[in-house]
Amino acid sequence: MQRQDAVSVILDVSGLTKTYLSGSRPLTVLRDVTFAVSERESVAVVGPSGSGKTTLLGLCAGLDAPTSGIVRLAGLDLNTLSEDERAAARGRYLGFVFQTFQLIPTLTALENVMVPAELRRLRSARARAEALLKDVGLEGRASHYPAQLSGGEQQRVGLARAFINRPRILFADEPTGNLDTQTGRTIQSLLFELNRSAGTTLLIVTHDLEIATRADRMLQLQAGQVVYDGAPRQDLVRVQ
Amino acid sequence: MLDPWIWKMAWRESKGSRRRLLLFMSSMVVGVAALVAINSFGTNLSGAVDDQARELFGADLSLERSGPFGQETEAVIDSIGGEQARRVSLLSMVLFPESGASRLSMVRALEGEYPFYGSIVAEPPESVVSYRQGRRALVDRSLLRTHGIGLGDSVQVGLRRYEIVGALTRTPRETAANMLISPPVYVSLSELDTALVAFGSRATYEVYFRLDPELDAEKLREELQERLREQDVGMDTVEEERQEWSEALEAVSRFLGLAGFMALLLGGLGVGSAVHVYIKRRLRTVAVLRCLGTSVLRTVRIYLAQAVVMGLLAGVAGCVAGTLMQSAVARVMVDFLPFEFESRPSPGALVLGMGAGLSTALLFALLPLLALRRVSPLAAIRIPFEEKRPGRDLYQWTVCGVVAAGLTAMAMLQAGSFVVGAGYAVALGAAFGLLWLVAQALTRLARRLAPRAYVWRQGLANLHRPNNQTLLMIMALGLGTFLIMTMVLTESTLLAGFARASGEDRPDVVLFDVQPDQIPGVHELVREQDLPVMDSSPLVSMRIHAMGSVPVDTLRADTTFRLTWAHRREYRATYRAALTDSERLVQGAFTGTYDGSGLVPVSIERELAEGELAVGVGDTIVFDVQGVLVSSRISSIREVDWQQTRANFFFVFPENVLEEAPQTHAVMTRTGSDEKLAQFQAAMAAAFPSVTTISLRLILDIFDEIYSRVRLVVRFMALFSIMTGFLVLVGAIMTSRFQRVEESVLLKTLGASRRQVLAIVATEYLVLGVLATTAGLVLAVASSAALAAFAFDLPYAAAPASLAAVFLLVPGLTVGLGLYNSRGMYARQPLEVLRSEVQA
Repeated sequence: MQRQDAVSVILDVSGLTKTYLSGSRPLTVLRDVTFAVSERESVAVVGPSGSGKTTLLGLCAGLDAPTSGIVRLAGLDLNTLSEDERAAARGRYLGFVFQTFQLIPTLTALENVMVPAELRRLRSARARAEALLKDVGLEGRASHYPAQLSGGEQQRVGLARAFINRPRILFADEPTGNLDTQTGRTIQSLLFELNRSAGTTLLIVTHDLEIATRADRMLQLQAGQVVYDGAPRQDLVRVQ
Repeated sequence: MLDPWIWKMAWRESKGSRRRLLLFMSSMVVGVAALVAINSFGTNLSGAVDDQARELFGADLSLERSGPFGQETEAVIDSIGGEQARRVSLLSMVLFPESGASRLSMVRALEGEYPFYGSIVAEPPESVVSYRQGRRALVDRSLLRTHGIGLGDSVQVGLRRYEIVGALTRTPRETAANMLISPPVYVSLSELDTALVAFGSRATYEVYFRLDPELDAEKLREELQERLREQDVGMDTVEEERQEWSEALEAVSRFLGLAGFMALLLGGLGVGSAVHVYIKRRLRTVAVLRCLGTSVLRTVRIYLAQAVVMGLLAGVAGCVAGTLMQSAVARVMVDFLPFEFESRPSPGALVLGMGAGLSTALLFALLPLLALRRVSPLAAIRIPFEEKRPGRDLYQWTVCGVVAAGLTAMAMLQAGSFVVGAGYAVALGAAFGLLWLVAQALTRLARRLAPRAYVWRQGLANLHRPNNQTLLMIMALGLGTFLIMTMVLTESTLLAGFARASGEDRPDVVLFDVQPDQIPGVHELVREQDLPVMDSSPLVSMRIHAMGSVPVDTLRADTTFRLTWAHRREYRATYRAALTDSERLVQGAFTGTYDGSGLVPVSIERELAEGELAVGVGDTIVFDVQGVLVSSRISSIREVDWQQTRANFFFVFPENVLEEAPQTHAVMTRTGSDEKLAQFQAAMAAAFPSVTTISLRLILDIFDEIYSRVRLVVRFMALFSIMTGFLVLVGAIMTSRFQRVEESVLLKTLGASRRQVLAIVATEYLVLGVLATTAGLVLAVASSAALAAFAFDLPYAAAPASLAAVFLLVPGLTVGLGLYNSRGMYARQPLEVLRSEVQA
């Protein structure tokens, strides 16, 4: 287990535990998880299904509150923030890429990309969105609705949306999980490219060997606990 | 709500759902339109009354007495001065010799230039002047039409014949409803048969004044009122007439307004339910927005903004439609109005309509919107482990309270009374509550039923599964069925009551105003027509002189005593040895013959004793029998079946008391058929024109005429509820289509045939239609039975044919709409449907 220098740390997780009630039975999904992520670092979270990867991502992003433990994001202790303050923090510091794309079906590609910037009342929302759509190769599809786009195109819109607020950290949940291999590779390249050019920190949950090994660091979860934290290892991904 | 992004997102978010939102909104439009139409109509009506009060009254002041004015009153009339006109009005049979037809009418004999303001309206117009010269008459136009009488024919009133020179369409102080019950016949006072105003007639004497300009009618009324009251003379002024009209019209407007409010409420319910389903389909989007950094309040505001726009659009569209529909309301009500009025937009009604549309949309949308607060951003990345319990939180209770308070306030505003509004809100709440209970009970029943056939099992399961439309459909269909059927069943109860009153052994004709010397002749004429004389009762006019030992005149001055119309009115009592079959003794002992000792034992009708007079057995009443005081003691209390066609009385004296008093008689017979009745009436009118013939047929005809017009108004108002209910129903079916389409597609993918898919849809709607109609019918039967028992005091008459027809029609319509809405669903490709409808 490594602890990073506090000065460069963007995400600091300490003693994180999450217990749900499944029916009337308590179910502990995460158990005393501690790690930190530095600015501009890319971290892949791997582990078998049900190991707590998505829960960890959700807690780190303030989508849910932990049973115990602390999450500090960009210096903010998420536990001390209200739900709305956590939402504001997400809008300010975070970008999100989802496995199922999660585009708003009634908005065009351009409008979907603009949403986070509009939420922050940025005047340059449209220009930025158009530029990002160009970056992901969708300048000709800006006025299309999600239902009119392929899975790969939808995920590219998702990537553009994730980067529009120039987030300090990007959370990606299985970004290629719903795509074929070829499309997945394209998305993967785009993701790392945008990440590098924007200087963003990346926390990525994945089963994809290629993505996991392209990250700077790998966290392996098993039964809700961190069992490995270090340089990417192909064997850890393969055994999942 | 000023955040532009909210409005932008609300607009973008509505893409793909706008047509559906418009459909949901349309039910609100009808409700708002109903309110605007009715309130504009009410405002214009009250404006018209204010403008035309003098024309409606026709004079500045009037005096009225149910008998000739005494000398003292004549002196007062002289002292008032100004221009005067006199009118004598009485109900009398009139005969049309050319056709042989006869009809009970309001004969008005006029002397002078009344009306001084406004005019009598007749065709041709010059007849209004010419009828005053010689034996000429103006006759109600409908009466002429009904009997096929033309101008130039004659009408016999008493023993005199008059040439009909004009057809009356409107007269001052007379509504169309009045004209229906007792159609007016105008003649000159100097040409009236004096036999008609002989002793025992029920003529009203009026004198109308156009006052000198310096005299104030109201001031005059205040000065003279007390003095004239002692002489049993009533006074009216323009202001009183205006107030009476305003109060009556306001009551009608309020009643109609509450009916409109019901439509609005139903529309609101439809919007609430639609928003509920709409929001459920937006939960994923909300989770994503929360994930991207939107606050809870901002997310709620997006959808609140949509509800605001829906409410505003419904308000605007409803105001336009309501203003246009106002003339339709006026057309329906025109038969009840004796004056002109103009349909124009009323700013107050428009503001109320906009406010009602907006607030109803918001109130009903707010509750489902609160669910957005519980959407976790975590739902964007996976299905949450823990379902947050949808139990009511403080906000929800607060909103429920605001909704209830808002609706009650709107009901109070519409009713113009705290008590009526609150009562209406409570009654409505009870009806909704009952329908809710019925829906819940029947849904639970559906849950327990598990038929073996898959189609039935699936159709029934749709009634209790998540996102079912059972409650909404039962509310919409049930309420509509309840309203309409209450009306139908009440009508059938009233008609059955009349039919029972004309049973084989019961009289169907009563002859009033038979003078003692006419009795042998009348009896002979009845027998000549092969009819039985079933009863012949003497009628003696009298007033109450004293209650106990205190004269009524003294009681007038006693502010602690509750003096009512019953103390002041003139009674027509009878005397006989036994009770009739329409009477039942409830207290004391009936005395048939007075033995001459002590107070006269008299029998009183129960409701009068318990109500207005507040007397019991043993109390004494002193009667003034045309100048002779008769001291009596209440010896018995009777229950009287007023529905029976016979002479019924408040007071029955024993024999051996009133035989020598001036009196008239009421004779009863049974004609049994319309032909025989017409023949008998014609013979009576020819031989005894001063005798009034009241037949059950006439009562039925009048009831039918009045009820048909009232029915038109009530049906018109019910139409709003039906239209709203229909739109809510269509909306509910459309909504359930979106709920069921995914399942239908899956069934198709798994190999279900078109027939099976449609059979499941048909089963669901059939059961829903049957449940909703049953609930509505149960409520309608209960409410009409309650009305029969408490309002009309009649045995409840079931109408199995109407019940069966509605029971078949409404579910049939529901299934038809459901299947129509599902058309083409099977033909679509699963992927196409899943992409376009499930995602939308």
